[in-house]
Amino acid sequence: MNRVTVDYERCKECEYCLNFCPKKTILKKSESVNKKGYYGVVAVNLEDCIACGICATMCPEGAIKVEKDI
Amino acid sequence: MGEKVFMQGNEAFAEAAIRSGCRYFFGYPITPSSEMPEYFAKKAPSEGLTFIQAETEVSAFNMIAGVAATGKRGMTATSGPGFSLGCEAMSYMSAAGLPSVVVYVMRPGPADGDILASQGDYFQMVKGGGHGDYNNIVLAPYSVQEFADCAPLAFELAEKYRNPVIVASDGMLSKMMENVVLPDRTEGPGEFEGCVNGAKGREHNVITTCATGPQQWEQFNLALQSKFAQIRDNEQRWECYNTEDADIIIVAFGTVARIALTTIKIARENGLKVGMIRPITLWPFPVKAFEGLTGKEFFVSELNAGQMVEDVKLAVNDNERVHFYGRLGGITPTPQELYEEIVKQCKH
Amino acid sequence: MSIVYERPHVLTDEQFTFCGGCGHGIINRLIGEIIEEEHLEEKTILVWPIGCSVYSDKYYNVDSICALHGRAPALATGIKRALPENMVLVYQGDGDMVSEGMAEIVHAAIRGEKFSVIFVNNAIYGMTGGQMAPTTLMGQKTTTSPYGRSDENAGKPLPMAEFISNIAGCYYSERVTLTGPANVRKTKAAIKKAIHNQLEGKGLSFVEVLSPCPTGWNMKPVKAMEWIETNMLDMYPLGVFKDLDKEAE
Repeated sequence: MNRVTVDYERCKECEYCLNFCPKKTILKKSESVNKKGYYGVVAVNLEDCIACGICATMCPEGAIKVEKDI
Repeated sequence: MGEKVFMQGNEAFAEAAIRSGCRYFFGYPITPSSEMPEYFAKKAPSEGLTFIQAETEVSAFNMIAGVAATGKRGMTATSGPGFSLGCEAMSYMSAAGLPSVVVYVMRPGPADGDILASQGDYFQMVKGGGHGDYNNIVLAPYSVQEFADCAPLAFELAEKYRNPVIVASDGMLSKMMENVVLPDRTEGPGEFEGCVNGAKGREHNVITTCATGPQQWEQFNLALQSKFAQIRDNEQRWECYNTEDADIIIVAFGTVARIALTTIKIARENGLKVGMIRPITLWPFPVKAFEGLTGKEFFVSELNAGQMVEDVKLAVNDNERVHFYGRLGGITPTPQELYEEIVKQCKH
Repeated sequence: MSIVYERPHVLTDEQFTFCGGCGHGIINRLIGEIIEEEHLEEKTILVWPIGCSVYSDKYYNVDSICALHGRAPALATGIKRALPENMVLVYQGDGDMVSEGMAEIVHAAIRGEKFSVIFVNNAIYGMTGGQMAPTTLMGQKTTTSPYGRSDENAGKPLPMAEFISNIAGCYYSERVTLTGPANVRKTKAAIKKAIHNQLEGKGLSFVEVLSPCPTGWNMKPVKAMEWIETNMLDMYPLGVFKDLDKEAE
């Protein structure tokens, strides 16, 4: 299974990753705030992930790592 | 011994700077400093120099800041209106610890003013000029020889303390020709700890003057102040002339000090015991020169409305014993004029 | 597992100080990626402006210097002339470049200084709190144009990529944006080209990036991206305005 890892503490909740993800189902804002006070994004549904890397490409914080299962 | 030549002040400094390893000159033409950029431009191909005629003094000063940040030796030269534009970068270079050399050829201001000799920019050089708590090291030569000697000294001091150094000339010293022994060829160190020249084989370096908060910025400022305290302790320079037996001591720098040498002779021929303290560093001001000189009167003469006289008063700590005479507008006093003024003002 | 994307190692662990959704973050990340991919860690000297990217020197494990407001191209001139073999990258915002430092960038281009310039155009002063910039659009409301920018009072915005491209010393000028993955990749390619030009000793290379300022524009980040598409592209069309490589072909 492909993997998306979000550095939750870096996230500032801009939602670019959520918005530009072609599947829209993989990432989700968390229920609690991080140290900066943002509802940081977390990966919830990696089954759908195609490891396109768009979330990482759009992330202004460099907070997202994407790995492809080969 | 170096080569002895007959040279104009501006050109002698430029040649001495090149011989001191200065490879970069960025400047904007302004009378009475323009022979310096011209000299660098002329010598650029044969000496392997980089010369850029900058669009403004603002840019010229920032360009030398850039060269200084790499650890290489660079300079600019300007006069009052140009230096005013460069003051932002002087504050920056002092704070950022960038060693650079600026020749300030003073002309009578304020504003556009005229192009002859003046010392009206003492405050601007000595009290900062730009924003914030900082100081420039200021050297004030009084002969073409001393002007040229200031080139290697200015780079050494700039690098030792990581601070800009101003060499203060004026429309007379820069334009006159005298015999001068040029300094031997030397090179600068080419880099310093913390310079930016690519993080090869070392940790990366950052040069910034941007605060990250009041606590950090107070510590930064205190470190700067300790640099200035060190300079104050170590680098006061002056020359004394007949001060031991003198009742009246002239205090003058640069062009006025030259004139005053003759005034001392005239005064002594007339039975008046006059000597002189000639500050060579205007900042740090040579307060040590005034230590133990009790009972003497001081006659300060400058080509301005009275600027250095404030520092003399602070050093002497007795306003009654400090007199002042200045000429403005580019007029230089004669030795006789100074003598007559001494007789008029002093009690001895 | 093979890595599709990870944070460039040339970036330090420092958190970016930009607001959420700020385009500076994407551009800073791209610079880190390029330095790493091109193995320029030991050659790079980054020259930062005064503006929102004023703390960017803390984000990289490479040499950095922060300039005075508007003076980055002059400072970089001194650096690049002293170290012609190094890669000198100048980064400026619209207030820094187009207001305070117009003379510096124009004359660096006139001289054909052999460094690369990234110009971040977000049509506003971000750091000082959302004031009008020379790039602010007609009618755009800012804290110093509260009724919208008017021609009579402030004139019209200046398209820098076209303006700089008209200067003989400019080798390459392109305008890009960040409004989606394809545009972000184009931005990266443009910056990479600007850096390659420099390493090949070509004249000044200029990349203007239309970048979202959600805080200054008072809108959500995703809306800010849409605002670029719907409002900025008429005034600031994307494209290459000069490429002497192409003209030589």
